[in-house]
Amino acid sequence: MASRLHEIQHQSVTIQAPLPLDSGQVLPSVTIAWQSYGALNADKSNAVLICHALTGDQYVASDHPATGKPGWWARMVGPGKPIDTDHFHVICANVLGSCMGSSGPASPDAATGAPLGMAFPVITIADMVRAQAMLLGHLGIERLHAVVGGSMGGMQVLAWASAYPERLASAIVIASAARHSAQNIAFHEVGRQAIMADPDWQDGLYYGSARAPTKGLAVARMAAHITYLSEAGLTEKFGRRLQARDIKSFGFDADFQVESYLRHQGLAFTDRFDANAYLYITRAMDYFDLGEPHDGRLAGAFAGAKDVRFTLVSFDTDWLYPTAESRRIVQALQSVGAAASFVELSAPFGHDSFLLDVPALDRIVAGALRTGAR
Amino acid sequence: MKLRPDLAIIADAVPAGTRVLDVGCGDGELMVALGDKGIDARGLEIDAANVTTAIARGQSVVQGDANRDLADYPDDAFDYAILSQTLQTTERPDRVVDELLRIAPRAFVSFPNFAHWRVRLALLWNGRMPVTRLLPVAWYETPNIHHVTVSDFRDLVRARGIRVERVWHLSGDKPTSDAAASWRAEHAIFLIARG
Repeated sequence: MASRLHEIQHQSVTIQAPLPLDSGQVLPSVTIAWQSYGALNADKSNAVLICHALTGDQYVASDHPATGKPGWWARMVGPGKPIDTDHFHVICANVLGSCMGSSGPASPDAATGAPLGMAFPVITIADMVRAQAMLLGHLGIERLHAVVGGSMGGMQVLAWASAYPERLASAIVIASAARHSAQNIAFHEVGRQAIMADPDWQDGLYYGSARAPTKGLAVARMAAHITYLSEAGLTEKFGRRLQARDIKSFGFDADFQVESYLRHQGLAFTDRFDANAYLYITRAMDYFDLGEPHDGRLAGAFAGAKDVRFTLVSFDTDWLYPTAESRRIVQALQSVGAAASFVELSAPFGHDSFLLDVPALDRIVAGALRTGAR
Repeated sequence: MKLRPDLAIIADAVPAGTRVLDVGCGDGELMVALGDKGIDARGLEIDAANVTTAIARGQSVVQGDANRDLADYPDDAFDYAILSQTLQTTERPDRVVDELLRIAPRAFVSFPNFAHWRVRLALLWNGRMPVTRLLPVAWYETPNIHHVTVSDFRDLVRARGIRVERVWHLSGDKPTSDAAASWRAEHAIFLIARG
């Protein structure tokens, strides 16, 4: 339930400075929840910022406070791991608009103390990055050794390199894109409509009530989850196998294993995520088009990023953010003369490959981080 | 680690402090040597496993195809372009040479010489496409789709008004004299420049 989710205590800071948003609105102050791993060195030159994906959080390498599960990138981040916390001070902040302690739709209205709900302003990827920059200012870290992220995290990395090129040495962008495609927006709209069609959504003001739009949120997650996998992966994992039965029921139970799996994924998601946050963050992703303010020329977004080293990775089974989107970024980077690396890796897990066991990705991330250290 | 002889010659000949694109850079072996000389080297490579190894070594390498993706680099993006042992595998070597000299004023191009005496003998006596040390793969599976000789390459660059600034000929792993290079060179490295 959403109400229990919001009772969790997170490490956070409230910065009493206005945060101007792309929408034209201004947040008078901003709260950012974050986690860090590994020691910051004396000259503060070993900080690596990790940007999380849509439903990710700051608990990149520590157990999730709501589910108790290991951090979402624990296989990548830690002592001796590719993002080695014996060498790097790793910071991960909950994005603006999310539900794990940073300012978002569940935050209280300054005047009334009641949750803002849909009165929270619509935010963008660039706004998330501005909030992260404010956190780094608070932490006294002027320059990052690297900014790393997959999926929506990769969008933030690109936005970082565009907005603050002098504040990072290296940008690692995995399974991402510089703009949301019509197909990306379409899938998100299905999710949002599922949430808003749930009568328990109550125009977003469900926080104090006994009802929350868990059914709508679960359906949104089910639809999205399909887009994170590949057809071959689904076929291999489930095929047409039936769930705990020998014959079809001729009803609408979860006859198939894949149905049961999706229902479980949808339901489990509602224990750790807030429906309104899902609306706001998917909106931010849909609005993302890094080239738009530059007359549609993506290279314009990287005009100041000539000295940032970029590393991009796509996966051959990822149809959500396909290789062509990464190539488009590489072309823009080459046209401004930035040092760019790119490879399409072969992995069976679809978009989710960036979170899973792909040894080549580990080697690339470790290598890209070492280089910037010189 | 010892560089392949043609790569060692190129690594030696590129001046420090320059910007270089290594087209068909493999796992980044030459780029590492160039980096040690203070050269800003970037790479283009088609094979994902090679690209992965090169990036893991800290090199800036983009996965791509020399037949198509050189077009993504702006004019004069580099001081030198390098194409080693790759020209004979491209779809249109003439266009690739043009692209190299568009993105850089100078280019190193190395290739196995199809007029080496062993190749000539194999054709003359056996009447079969030769399989030699530098051309170890049978005709039906070789990636070398445009076999070229030292004389062919000279004709190509002359016809396109390209200057030849320097040539190295190799026999075995050792330099060989320019005299009768057409027969004696197993391998040639040209430093060419816009005319």
